[in-house]
Amino acid sequence: MTTDTGSSEVKIGLAEMLKGGVIMDVTTADQAKLAQDAGAVAVMALERIPADIRADGGVARMSNPAMVQSIQEQVSIPVMAKCRIGHFVEAQILEALEVDFIDESEVLTPADDANHIYKHDFKVPFVCGCRDLGEALRRIGEGAAMIRTKGEAGSGNIVEAVRHLRTVMSQIRRLTVLDTDQLMSESKNLGAPFALVEQVARIGKLPVPNFSAGGIATPADAALMMQLGAEAVFVGSGIFKSEDPASRAEAMVAATTYYNDADKLAQISAGLKGAMAGLEMSAIPPAERLQERGW
Amino acid sequence: MTTVGILALQGDFDRHERALARLELASRQVRYPDELDGLSALIIPGGESTTISKQLNRSGLRSEIVAFARQRPVMGTCAGLILMARESGDPQVEPLGLLDLEISRNGWGRQVHSFRTTLTADIAGDRAELPAIFIRAPRIVATGPEVEVLAELDGAPVLVRQGHHLAMSFHPELTPDARIHGLFMAALAA
Repeated sequence: MTTDTGSSEVKIGLAEMLKGGVIMDVTTADQAKLAQDAGAVAVMALERIPADIRADGGVARMSNPAMVQSIQEQVSIPVMAKCRIGHFVEAQILEALEVDFIDESEVLTPADDANHIYKHDFKVPFVCGCRDLGEALRRIGEGAAMIRTKGEAGSGNIVEAVRHLRTVMSQIRRLTVLDTDQLMSESKNLGAPFALVEQVARIGKLPVPNFSAGGIATPADAALMMQLGAEAVFVGSGIFKSEDPASRAEAMVAATTYYNDADKLAQISAGLKGAMAGLEMSAIPPAERLQERGW
Repeated sequence: MTTVGILALQGDFDRHERALARLELASRQVRYPDELDGLSALIIPGGESTTISKQLNRSGLRSEIVAFARQRPVMGTCAGLILMARESGDPQVEPLGLLDLEISRNGWGRQVHSFRTTLTADIAGDRAELPAIFIRAPRIVATGPEVEVLAELDGAPVLVRQGHHLAMSFHPELTPDARIHGLFMAALAA
């Protein structure tokens, strides 16, 4: 019997399984347990959540392998972990740990200011961030099996996530109405591989699942991103920076399933205590915006 | 009018919609108990079985699906297989007990061990070659006397039938091959 591991379809297959779910950032095994009990589809194991990375400053790196392993031992749901942009050795280490997904993430300090990782070389699937369709298709060209449209991580402010998802969705819609004669020129404008531009024009969606991440703090935020076309959501600081992580985590899960039902969303949101405080975008100088990282 | 329900609490339910559309069958997403009314059959999709299990409790769908399954066929793929079993092998997943099976969750390994293969399966009396994608797949470790094994891999059952229910460790909804969905639909005609 022949079996084939690490193919694109197997990697994209796991992304498909996470759709309609919530992926939660966790920094300890206890938080991972809480996330699993709430109904998270996966956890993202990291040493500091984005809001704290932002507050602490300094270089943010891959988590200690012992920390990732303690979370793998705690939960049976998929465990993801982040490596720095372009840091393929951090990615090799995370693959050796058998994490289920690697996030090549702008939340950590980039290791390469020109190149991302060539992700086809790995058996483990990767997720990468994007702010527009060109960035999404460059990452898919390098082998990403999932895209997350970026918000501003650790801000508790949904405005950037909305801007970038709206940008990606409208750029996709635009491709579907262009003449085939116009696709090469559009490929050049987007800075995206032509074959992928053609594919998106034909199927009217990204060739991999598209999730939303960054700034999601309430059940209404999660439902907003789902209604705008996200296929699942990542929640980072929004859960463990709130006043009631357990009930908020469960509410986020419910809101991602029942995102089209306002009565249900009202009921889900009613019992919650305070959300994370959040930041106005004007309070974050452009040079400190994590979303700007990625090329 | 035949309408097939697809449990849409979480997972790749849209891929099952597409598979049914290829067979020109109507489908309906199910998130509430009353959405089971009038359905001819139900599919429990791939996804995260712990998440779906918790949401079955929170939505009130658990007992409704058990009652539905006494009258109508149910098919489960991957997470759906775990949920249809008698024993899930994980305290985080409370199964529905529709099939006399014991499961080892992720028994085929973590994601780096996920794979594609070709199975030889009994489909409608024929031995057929079938593409199969296994994603963090559950392994069936014990089957009861009423369970019919339609395909095996490395000595473990991977496609099983019990009465009108069908379940498998892999994801027919991720390949363009519609034969598994066709086999399930044949249970409706029977």
